[in-house]
Amino acid sequence: MSGSEESRMNQLEEVGKPLSPIVRAGGLSRWLRTYALQIGIVFVAIFIWLLFLIGSPRTFLSRDIYVAFMSTTPFFALMAIPLTLVVITGEIDLSFGSVMAFGMTAFSLVFTATGSVWLGFLACLLAGLGAGILNGIIVVKIGIPSLVTTIGTQFFWAGVVLVLTNGSGLGMTAVRDTILYPALVGRIGGVIPAQFVWTIVFAAVIWFFLNRHKFGAHVYLTGDNVESARLMGVNVDLTKIVTFAIVGFSAAFAGFVVSEEVLYFWPTLGGGYLLNTLASVFLGGTSVFGGTGTIFGTFVASFIIGSINAGIVAANLTGYWTQLIYGLIIVVSVALQTVLGKRFK
Amino acid sequence: MDYFLQMKNVSKTFGEVAALHHVNFEVGTNEIVGLLGDNGAGKSTLVKLMTGYHQPDPGGEFFLKENRIDHLSVARARDLGIEVVYQERALADKQSLWRNIFMGRELSDPWGRLKLRQMRDETRKLMHTLMGFTSSAVNPESVVKNFSGGERQGVAITRALYFKAELIILDEPTMGLSLSETKKCLDFVAGIKAAGKAAIFIDHNIFHVYPVADRIVVLDRGTVAGQFMKNELTLQQLIDRLYVVAQTGSLETKAGGA
Repeated sequence: MSGSEESRMNQLEEVGKPLSPIVRAGGLSRWLRTYALQIGIVFVAIFIWLLFLIGSPRTFLSRDIYVAFMSTTPFFALMAIPLTLVVITGEIDLSFGSVMAFGMTAFSLVFTATGSVWLGFLACLLAGLGAGILNGIIVVKIGIPSLVTTIGTQFFWAGVVLVLTNGSGLGMTAVRDTILYPALVGRIGGVIPAQFVWTIVFAAVIWFFLNRHKFGAHVYLTGDNVESARLMGVNVDLTKIVTFAIVGFSAAFAGFVVSEEVLYFWPTLGGGYLLNTLASVFLGGTSVFGGTGTIFGTFVASFIIGSINAGIVAANLTGYWTQLIYGLIIVVSVALQTVLGKRFK
Repeated sequence: MDYFLQMKNVSKTFGEVAALHHVNFEVGTNEIVGLLGDNGAGKSTLVKLMTGYHQPDPGGEFFLKENRIDHLSVARARDLGIEVVYQERALADKQSLWRNIFMGRELSDPWGRLKLRQMRDETRKLMHTLMGFTSSAVNPESVVKNFSGGERQGVAITRALYFKAELIILDEPTMGLSLSETKKCLDFVAGIKAAGKAAIFIDHNIFHVYPVADRIVVLDRGTVAGQFMKNELTLQQLIDRLYVVAQTGSLETKAGGA
């Protein structure tokens, strides 16, 4: 700070009289409050794990169940993590399931035409990116609420997939001969699924951009007070479009990973991921009103959601319970956040 | 006197409605101007011309520090040091103090990576100097949702001063504030004067404007109905004049200090 500024500050010191010291917690309790949601979600995870462990010790003491979690949870965690950004900006995206299938449709068209797995993979990612950008542009430039926009694009892309594929799928065995297969869905050391590592990479990269980069600062400001963000020169429109674009890109990537894992592209791909992806974001503590949310919360919540299916089976309930429980988690976690948020006001 | 801003013969019409009618208005480089006027008098239109939000009708002239400005955009106005502080729209409630101070102007390296430590340190410095927060419980990570109305105004004014605003426009800053909070807010306005900067203080309440303003401009139905240097007039005289303005739309010939 320059000398002139310093003297200006000194001058001002006399004018700015001390304001009332508001009693606020210090030290440890401040830390607890700042990270309350993250600590909370970790405790929820431990609690549910203990519940499963007591309910079915044989299943939950073996390694296999954890390998299974690491293999299947990434299918939606890869989308829940970027979706957190969209929700923080105060918007929502419901179209990602269809975008998974749309990306794979682009793959199958390009692969069938050129015979190149790599070109197909590239087309898949670009198709997802394009679909995401389109969502963003409709929401921002035309001004249609994202809920409505993405319900619309959800049906639109699902329809496009059916028209272009004629309802028939594509075997993915050709990809096995490229490095893409071990890189995306291989087993590292024969144990750890590669998609789990990709989920960690996604989480780390998006965490960095959310918390350590200007982009993330603008994401939070846009969701918190869009008017003041705009007045202070934040490019609100671009910020929102970019978050939608990242979700689209990630959905296409996740679609490719799923199709690789099962070695077949089903045109109905993506239909089963809407609920668990949304549940992961909201259980992870991201506010449905925008402005707050963490990648860590979504990451941990994804694995809680991913374990629930196994827990239901292990607890001898039928699979019909799954949907009921996902729905319940969404409603309860959103309600709980709102109630807690009001208490702290 | 050195003028920071001068508007000469400026008009603004929206369709058939003349919001401003041949207005002359100026602000000195280190002057606090109180802008009084009823609803619909043209206060906010005048402000929106200064911030580049609206363009004036052809014919008027606009000077900043003696330089004629032909087309003022929002971004240009901000670059030239004109900053508006809105009460309700100033802060992002759920974010920390430092994120609010550096809102939209985050310190970062060329790749956009945030300089977190620097922003926190600067915020802490500002808290102890400009903002006058003394409690150790308030820190740069504190969420502004819990701040009182006066404190919030303080954060917004501090932010403007920190980013080298030359002219800070306060749009009804005391609206809805308690007596003691209003006092704090007025202290911050006095702080603008002490920092050598200019301010336009828009308010309905002359009891708030009078103590801090150097000059008071009264707008009525799109024209300047009168202006006074504060030292020419007592508060009671000012009130009497305002009654006249409200009834007739103009002041007696004696009015017009500048």
